[in-house]
Amino acid sequence: MPLELYLDLHSQPCRSVFLFAQINKIPFEFKAVDLSAGEQYGEEFGKVSIIRKVPVLKDGDFILTESIAILQYLAAKHRTPDHWYPADLQKRARVDEFLSWQHTNIRTHGSKVFWFRGVVPAVTGAPVSKEKMDAAVEDLNASLKTFEDKFLQSRPFIIGDKISLADLVAIVEIMQPVGTGLDVFQGRPVLSAWRDRVKKELGVEVFDEAHKVIMNVDTLPQTFEKKGLPEFLKLKLQKMFN
Amino acid sequence: MVRTCEAQTRLSKLFQKMSLEMYLDLFSQPCRSVYIFAKKNDIQFDYKKISLFEGYQYSEEYGKINLLRKAPAIKDGDFCLAESVAIMLYLAEKFHTPDHWYPADLQKRARVNEYLSWQHSAIRIHGSKMLWFKLLIPKALGVEIPKEKIDNAVEDLNASLNLFEEKFLQDRPFIVGDQISLADLVAIVEIMQPVGAGMDVFENRPNLKAWKDRVRAEIGVELFDEAHQAILCAQESVKTMDPKRMEHFKPIILRYFLS
Repeated sequence: MPLELYLDLHSQPCRSVFLFAQINKIPFEFKAVDLSAGEQYGEEFGKVSIIRKVPVLKDGDFILTESIAILQYLAAKHRTPDHWYPADLQKRARVDEFLSWQHTNIRTHGSKVFWFRGVVPAVTGAPVSKEKMDAAVEDLNASLKTFEDKFLQSRPFIIGDKISLADLVAIVEIMQPVGTGLDVFQGRPVLSAWRDRVKKELGVEVFDEAHKVIMNVDTLPQTFEKKGLPEFLKLKLQKMFN
Repeated sequence: MVRTCEAQTRLSKLFQKMSLEMYLDLFSQPCRSVYIFAKKNDIQFDYKKISLFEGYQYSEEYGKINLLRKAPAIKDGDFCLAESVAIMLYLAEKFHTPDHWYPADLQKRARVNEYLSWQHSAIRIHGSKMLWFKLLIPKALGVEIPKEKIDNAVEDLNASLNLFEEKFLQDRPFIVGDQISLADLVAIVEIMQPVGAGMDVFENRPNLKAWKDRVRAEIGVELFDEAHQAILCAQESVKTMDPKRMEHFKPIILRYFLS
């Protein structure tokens, strides 16, 4: 039974898993989950994961959620090159440190900006208030500054000379707001150079393939018009702005 | 000759042990998991007690240890490391702790990793919020939180606890199976945080309570209680907190929790 990966490439953690599997030539069946249609809340997906998030890995009977766990699992199982998740104690710790920190920093803030710029206006037809938007962008900028000052510094990649899971997870998260037209690389030459290096290491073609849907996020209004607005989205937005 | 070598080995081991510094404030959940893990596994360390409420994390001194300005952080010789999950994985590997903490088995390890990843944006956030909303922001900052926000926060925490029970624990003794792991340790310290705010998260959750009792017994009642003393006295200690001291953090905190 082939490996199944439940993915929607609008989602950052789905992109990192997709890229990792592709680059390491890990064969898998791409099981598309349409988040904008609320498929994650359907009965069928519920049988796969009650957490109702993507990505999900299904390896025979073994079902695993959380992209970090999935990446670590695939790296170990398929014995991918050491640089992705080094055996060296201190290098591995540096990767773990970033993978832990990013959850509530770059991931949270990049996602928020994406929602505020890309999703909310598509759903409500109106922009988010300037105050809220400015605060979200400020938080994202603070995260990016920390990323440059602490995690990247003057190194080619986060842990040194070679790309690792840390760079992979970082790049997909940092690309999220870019899809809405906010060029976070502008005015950040160090970050831009790192992005170019990462893109090259991953392979420009597969990188662009993974990021195609997010770079076309301005088609979301038409998507919602065509498919209708799923209930979960209305509730999520309500909560967001309470 | 042999005795000299032995003595040298003992000395270098002692030096190595004492060269590990851990910067901790036991009010903080991730500090408690690191503290418990080190103590439980007899890992010798130099306990650097810091106070987050007094803003030590913003000092120039601490900036050299951890630029992220959070706790916990460790300094092992010249090697500085932040993030409790990274720290515990590092310590588990370096000190060859018993396998059950972070099993070598591919699928068991994946289950631990799955929990350690999920919890960041779920139980950790929702549990933290309860302490701030119910206790710290009103009592230490003198700002009242609107009832609707508190109700939403309680709802979020309950949703996380439901998922914890339905997906991560189910009918197993511990998250990964028969033995305690880093997943249970990280889970318990986070779940205890809202308890410090006076919220009995175990009420009407007999399965969760039974798991907590098992975890507490496995860790060792004395060690568990020692680590949780500060947070369980939070309602008392907040009365002696000087709101002027926390004035500096007020805008940061309010923006983080109320935006």
